[in-house]
Amino acid sequence: MSNPSDVETYEALYGQLQAVVNRLEQGDLPLAEALMLYEQGTRLADACQKLLDHAEMRVQELRSNEVYPDLDLEA
Amino acid sequence: MHQALSVSAVTTYLRELLESHPLLGDLWVQGEIAEFKRHAASGHCYFSLKDEGGLVRAVMWRSNAVRLSQLPRTGDLVLAHGYLSLYAPRGELQLYTDTLLPAGVGLLYARFEALRARLEAEGLFAVERKRPLPRLPRRIGLVTAPGGAALQDMLTILARRCPLSEVLVAPCLVQGERAPASIVAALTTVYAAGVDLVILARGGGSLEDLWAFNDEAVARAVFASPVPLITGVGHETDTTMVDYVADLRAPTPSVAAELAVPEHDDLLALVWQSRMRLDQGVDALLNRTQADLANARSTIERHTPLRRLARDRQQVDDLGRRLDRAVDRTTAMCQLALQGLVARLATLSPQATLQRGYAVVRHATTGHVLGSVTGVQSGTPLQIDLRDGTLAAVTVPLAEEEESE
Repeated sequence: MSNPSDVETYEALYGQLQAVVNRLEQGDLPLAEALMLYEQGTRLADACQKLLDHAEMRVQELRSNEVYPDLDLEA
Repeated sequence: MHQALSVSAVTTYLRELLESHPLLGDLWVQGEIAEFKRHAASGHCYFSLKDEGGLVRAVMWRSNAVRLSQLPRTGDLVLAHGYLSLYAPRGELQLYTDTLLPAGVGLLYARFEALRARLEAEGLFAVERKRPLPRLPRRIGLVTAPGGAALQDMLTILARRCPLSEVLVAPCLVQGERAPASIVAALTTVYAAGVDLVILARGGGSLEDLWAFNDEAVARAVFASPVPLITGVGHETDTTMVDYVADLRAPTPSVAAELAVPEHDDLLALVWQSRMRLDQGVDALLNRTQADLANARSTIERHTPLRRLARDRQQVDDLGRRLDRAVDRTTAMCQLALQGLVARLATLSPQATLQRGYAVVRHATTGHVLGSVTGVQSGTPLQIDLRDGTLAAVTVPLAEEEESE
């Protein structure tokens, strides 16, 4: 479970996006920096949206066989 | 020899003894109804409970009797709840009944109520203990029957709403004798797997079908959840023990899944909101920059040499106009002076003399006025101006001059 989950990735990206937006909205930025932040923010938003649009839910089945080895759970 | 007690002292003592007894003061009794009578005027119910070995008289006041869905009949097997006390006037023990249930359901219900009271007293349902759900759960543990519609419904809803979340399914039996242990095992498994939200669910069923979710061990396993837990057991109207313990009770498995995760579109909307804020931020900055630029431009323009030039040009124009006026005035004055001179000249012109009868003699070719005969030879063409015209003439020699020659 060392790989970050989709949610962790999403939250990290979304968190960065929030930070970029907040920084940009403070306004007292040199134009060059603002444009750089804008590009960065747009890339982050794209990445967030891609995750939301293309994520496929991972489903994993856990077994508690040690308790009921004879249980047929494949129904 | 002990001191003798009065009868009423004995009955009072017995009544107090009975009513303060921890077991007899809060008691379920199972038995068969005998001689059930409802007093028409008062509405109170009088009956007996009996089995093969004994009989207990019972009374149910009208206030409790009105809640009976139907009046029991003699011979019904029932479960009665109340307290035991002494009816002094007749020296009879009576069960003062507040609840009367058919035995089958009644037994389950009685056990349920007893357990509920106990767990509540222990604080398992405490509102302060309810935890908020994670905003966006990373890994959701589903504890439910593996083949059921409930699982399929929940997976469908979770995948549609929030495919980002990972789902761990811990299958278990949800009805039957082995169900409680199976549920507890499955819960333990998801707890150990490191989830941040658990859904314990089962589709609808009869009261008996759902009974595993009223089990004490299951309730305690739910209480032990290290992360927020949502229950979705049965239908809207069913409330099981785990519903009381859970952090959040959903009426059905599908609703549990909906409550577990945010809507995909809501997350998308947040991203779009961020995009808009980015756009607005940059727009605002660009507008401000543009305004600064326009300001600078107008400042420069206020100080431009072109303005000076325009001003100077105007001055030059002014000077030019003044000059023109001055020249015009001078010219006009000269013209006046000239006219005066011309007039004076006219009075002095030879014409005036001619008017008086004089003539002016000119050499016709040179136009010179001849004021003397000297140098004028014979045959010189002459032009003689008179008052009203000009005559042409030629000089001829004079007689004495011919003689003298």
